[in-house]
Amino acid sequence: MKAPPFRYHAPRTLDEALSLAATLPGPRLLAGGQSLMPMLNFRLVGPENLIDLNRVAALSGIREEGEDVVFGAMTRQREIEYSPLVKARLPLLAEAIQWVGHRQTRNRGTIGGSLCHLDPSAEQPTVAMAMDASLVIVSPGRRRELAMRTFAVDLMTPALEDGEILTEVRFRPWPPGHGWAFLEFARRHGDYAIVAVAVLLELDASGRASRVSITLGGVASTPVRVPDAETRLLGSRVGADDISAAAACCGRVEALGDPQVPAWYRQRLASTLAARAIPIALSRNAAHAAAGSTSDSGLTS
Amino acid sequence: MSSEEPVHTIAVTINGKAYERAVADRKNLADFLRQDLQLTGTHVGCEHGVCGACTVLVDGVSARGCLMLAAQADGCTIETVESLAGDAPGPSGLGPLQQAFRDRHALQCGFCTPGILMSLTELLRDDPSPDEEAVRVVLSGHLCRCTGYQNIVAAALQAVSKACGAR
Amino acid sequence: MDTIVPACQIIEPATAAPADGYTARRMFGARAPRIEDPALLRGEGRYLDDIRMPDPLHAAFLRSPHAHARVTRLDLSGARALPGVVAVFDADAIARELTGLRMPLGFPSATLQKDITPWVLSCTEVAFVGEAMVMVVAESRAIAEDALALIEVDFEPLPVVHDCHQALDDGSPVVRSDAVSNIAEQLQVGFGEVDAAFDGAAHVFAESLFVHRGAAHPMEGRGVLARHDPVEDAITVWTSTQMAHEVMHSIAMMLGMDQHNVRVIAPDVGGGFGCKYLTYPEEVAIPAAARCLGRPVKWVEDRAEHFVSAIHERDQYWDVDIAVDADGRIRGVRGRLLHDQGAYTPQGINLPYNAATSVTGPYRVPAYRMDVIICQTNKTPVIPVRGAGYPQAAFVMERLLDRVARELSIDRAALRLRNLIPPEKMPYDKGLTNRAGVRSIVDSGDYPATQAAALARIDYDGFPARQREARARGRHLGLGLANAVKATSRGPFESAVIRVSPQGRIDLYTGALAMGQGLATALAQIAAEQLDVPLEMIHVTCGDTGRISLGMGGFASRQTVMAGSSVHLAAIEVRNKALKVGEQLLGVPMDALRLRDGRVEVVATPTRFVTLGDIARKLKGAPGYSLPPGITPGLESTGLFQTNSQAHANACHACEVEVDPGTGAVRILRYVAVHDSGRLVNPTMAEGQIHGGIVHGIGNALFEKMGYDDEAQPVTGTFADYLLPTSTEIPHIEVVFLETPSPTNPIGVKGIGEAGTIPVAPAIVSAIEDALSPWNIRLAEAPVSPVRLLELIDASAKPRPAAAPLTPCGASGT
Repeated sequence: MKAPPFRYHAPRTLDEALSLAATLPGPRLLAGGQSLMPMLNFRLVGPENLIDLNRVAALSGIREEGEDVVFGAMTRQREIEYSPLVKARLPLLAEAIQWVGHRQTRNRGTIGGSLCHLDPSAEQPTVAMAMDASLVIVSPGRRRELAMRTFAVDLMTPALEDGEILTEVRFRPWPPGHGWAFLEFARRHGDYAIVAVAVLLELDASGRASRVSITLGGVASTPVRVPDAETRLLGSRVGADDISAAAACCGRVEALGDPQVPAWYRQRLASTLAARAIPIALSRNAAHAAAGSTSDSGLTS
Repeated sequence: MSSEEPVHTIAVTINGKAYERAVADRKNLADFLRQDLQLTGTHVGCEHGVCGACTVLVDGVSARGCLMLAAQADGCTIETVESLAGDAPGPSGLGPLQQAFRDRHALQCGFCTPGILMSLTELLRDDPSPDEEAVRVVLSGHLCRCTGYQNIVAAALQAVSKACGAR
Repeated sequence: MDTIVPACQIIEPATAAPADGYTARRMFGARAPRIEDPALLRGEGRYLDDIRMPDPLHAAFLRSPHAHARVTRLDLSGARALPGVVAVFDADAIARELTGLRMPLGFPSATLQKDITPWVLSCTEVAFVGEAMVMVVAESRAIAEDALALIEVDFEPLPVVHDCHQALDDGSPVVRSDAVSNIAEQLQVGFGEVDAAFDGAAHVFAESLFVHRGAAHPMEGRGVLARHDPVEDAITVWTSTQMAHEVMHSIAMMLGMDQHNVRVIAPDVGGGFGCKYLTYPEEVAIPAAARCLGRPVKWVEDRAEHFVSAIHERDQYWDVDIAVDADGRIRGVRGRLLHDQGAYTPQGINLPYNAATSVTGPYRVPAYRMDVIICQTNKTPVIPVRGAGYPQAAFVMERLLDRVARELSIDRAALRLRNLIPPEKMPYDKGLTNRAGVRSIVDSGDYPATQAAALARIDYDGFPARQREARARGRHLGLGLANAVKATSRGPFESAVIRVSPQGRIDLYTGALAMGQGLATALAQIAAEQLDVPLEMIHVTCGDTGRISLGMGGFASRQTVMAGSSVHLAAIEVRNKALKVGEQLLGVPMDALRLRDGRVEVVATPTRFVTLGDIARKLKGAPGYSLPPGITPGLESTGLFQTNSQAHANACHACEVEVDPGTGAVRILRYVAVHDSGRLVNPTMAEGQIHGGIVHGIGNALFEKMGYDDEAQPVTGTFADYLLPTSTEIPHIEVVFLETPSPTNPIGVKGIGEAGTIPVAPAIVSAIEDALSPWNIRLAEAPVSPVRLLELIDASAKPRPAAAPLTPCGASGT
């Protein structure tokens, strides 16, 4: 199919983009296009005006700002994938980005586009949820910053109002030496995950978990943290029993179901993947690795 | 074209040649290449970015031609399958990757082939000696119904070994 | 590395010793690079949408969004008023251009329900999602689609038949208001004393099996371009088809023209896999519009359309019993096949017929009976896709054998070996006839040797140790195997003309149709074997009805056999004629001459020669001058190889899989395919056919499921949810060929295009069961999803293992 008629605009500055978004009738913002373009081609959407953000240079790039690593919303997944800074400071994102689509789509797909599309099983929203990312949203004369958990309102529904543009995504890296793991299950390489699990883990000097983040993508209508599982691990030595119990918490999160993938299956994947991801995160933890101990970690091979 | 169809004038360099064209706002890059420039080597197989037949290189990196508007290509350098024979002599001359495809029977109906050639061209520029896993991962962004992929993998690896041998 | 058992050779070289040591080319059996490739690799292929046509119009179709509905209002005025729209055809408008509104039935059938074929356009009642209702013709495809959005339709939804079982229920709605019943046809096939075989059996086992709907999905969809010449009242139609001649006849009939004035050309075809072996409504509507409007009209199917308006294959429900002796020897098989035909029957009943008659496959089954009920449902119609019913039949037979093996504690391979048709029984009468009443005779093959080769290659005997060792590490490996036979080379004939021009150009025309397999190369190799020319000297034209008057096209793995044999016969005639003329022109006896590079030359003194062009010039005739004595005009020959026999290709596949009980993921670790397709014209291309066939089979086994909900609304309408296998899901495939020449044709070949697909699903499913033997699960369906596997694991009495393995298998990105 061919896209329905629309008028194309390619602003060069954020102000210009904001002004177009505020004044044009039926506007729609175009980021990397890897989700919106198929919808246009299938005539599932029919904006009167398409505002292309790809030429707004200010929306691109990765930088460190204070403690944060900040991504322009139009930063392409390819840039994240190849960024030494991301690899060094946001290893969870570096791992997750490999699972995003295919090379041919990562070359154009953007982090902001993915967050605004907000597919519940997409990798970048899952990582943003796992890391409590902060999202900078701008409209003419107004700038607000939302936590990912506030931004992700519901199924494919971000907390964006008419005329607003997501401009930045700010990640606060975990301290050096933390453990991380991102696992997902999809039918084929590069497909949207059926379920994805992101785990971040910090141990104290005594080898007990002092900070934990466990997030599920693809289970609920948005990526969700699993506080029960996190609480179960906190203060523990993350032994096999602790891991099983935390994984079981993941398997109890209320899940969406459809005829192809029923809710119970998503829950099962959540517990299976959590049971596999937590030991990986543990093994990557500097404190744990230094102790050289795997005896009680639940690693089986 | 209906009278009120909005257009943009774009300047693009395609396979080393500069073009300036007025193009409908809604026209995607693949359709632009095929319909406006008669570069029909780039094929359209699904129009939703999965099959990969329309893959071209935009400023050196692979992209789905169906998931990009032609208007977005303004100022870009595009490479398509028509560029790959390069200086190979004769009307049926082939570049090294194309030759490897022929040697290893890596195509049957040939419809998916141009997109695959472009993705592999990108891969081999970035990583002159990829292993089979790396080739398969790049190929996973393409659908082929004829070959079962096996001979495509073999062709890519042949192109690698020839290139390595040449160094 | 793939393995080849050497083929026998075919022609005798000239008897005189060559002075220059030259030995004739052996093109038959050579791993020749394809002559198709350079253009395709350079992006210079000419697929349907690549044809440059001045000033074409573009068509788009309004398609039904309902599975079953009555149209109560249709307002086309908005569409007609849109600038750029040239014409809008509803059913009445297109009917004025045609001799009828109902498509002709593809294959004749006396017993089929009447009035069962699709409409060219349907504007009063729609019977499946995707049915064409209205055709808009406009200055661009985009505008045509804009106009579709302006068509106003009121539908009155009608009750829907969404499944064959429901179709048979008392009080079920009827699929279409013109259908007398949801049963299109019932038939019984079989042979032998079935009930007696069951009565005397030591064991009888019953299975209920289900093979789900899938689709062909060539990477190029369908497409039609038509141009009418008002001076000649002639129409040329380019269409992405597997059967140019049949499309030509259908168009001639529907447009009320003579075949003299209709030319159909298949350009480069981007894959077919069965779905293009049909004349579709669009192939009639587009030429009708072109003639009506006086301008070329093009329609290129998009993928969204392909999902619902190109044919599918299956569902099939099989309730089957097998009777065996105490040692597992088969006494009989019987059962019922419920076949989902979809909303219309465009082609006939060949698909369920094939499925029902091919169950016994490579095995000796003394008695067999299958009741076939062909049900209509409000879904996209079905015709054969790669394998044409045989994959489903093999699934049934191999599942039954696995059941017997398990119940009787007989090794799966041993049980099969006990029941395979032994080579000394060849040719073997299956006891069945095909639809045309021809007896089904398995011509040749060594089935035990095929299976033995597969077992050896995969180290069958060593597997139990591998499995034990893996289980000790918490990994679940399984091995599966399956045999298959495909009756290839469906007749009655195929055409070939070889013609040498006075300029020396060699043309080869055939009614066979190339859709990507490398047909041109294969045929050129067969011709070159006789003519001793480089392949590039042979210009092959397939599927152009303006070039050759007769042709059947590409289906049933037939073209290398049928067209290949015709080419072989024609090439021998051209060769002999050239030598005879050479004898007279050079004054040297034939057996001292040879063909080489387009000349007839004296073996002892190769500088003495005449070119084929010289000979052709001589034989084209000059006014009043006689031809050489005993020679007929023209350096050309027509081959029309004709047979009702079918060459039976066979295969044994064996694979090892790993199943992850934590996710239900299946990873294929090894895949071995041993095939016998007779003599191989080009082993490299043969391997390619097997690779592709197997991956299609892997799709059938694990991935591809055309889903519908209970309102018969499709739920898999994109490549993101209808899963074609990709490179990362596919193992390296090991192909081994045996070559048992077929006695059914002069070149000893058997078809190969479908054989690779047939045994895949049963082999993989068997391996999955084996991997999950601790849970004792039973698989009775294809495809098998991870969800289904976990469901079965959960339902089994055995507990799950305590620790899930750390390394997930099949989780992507590992």
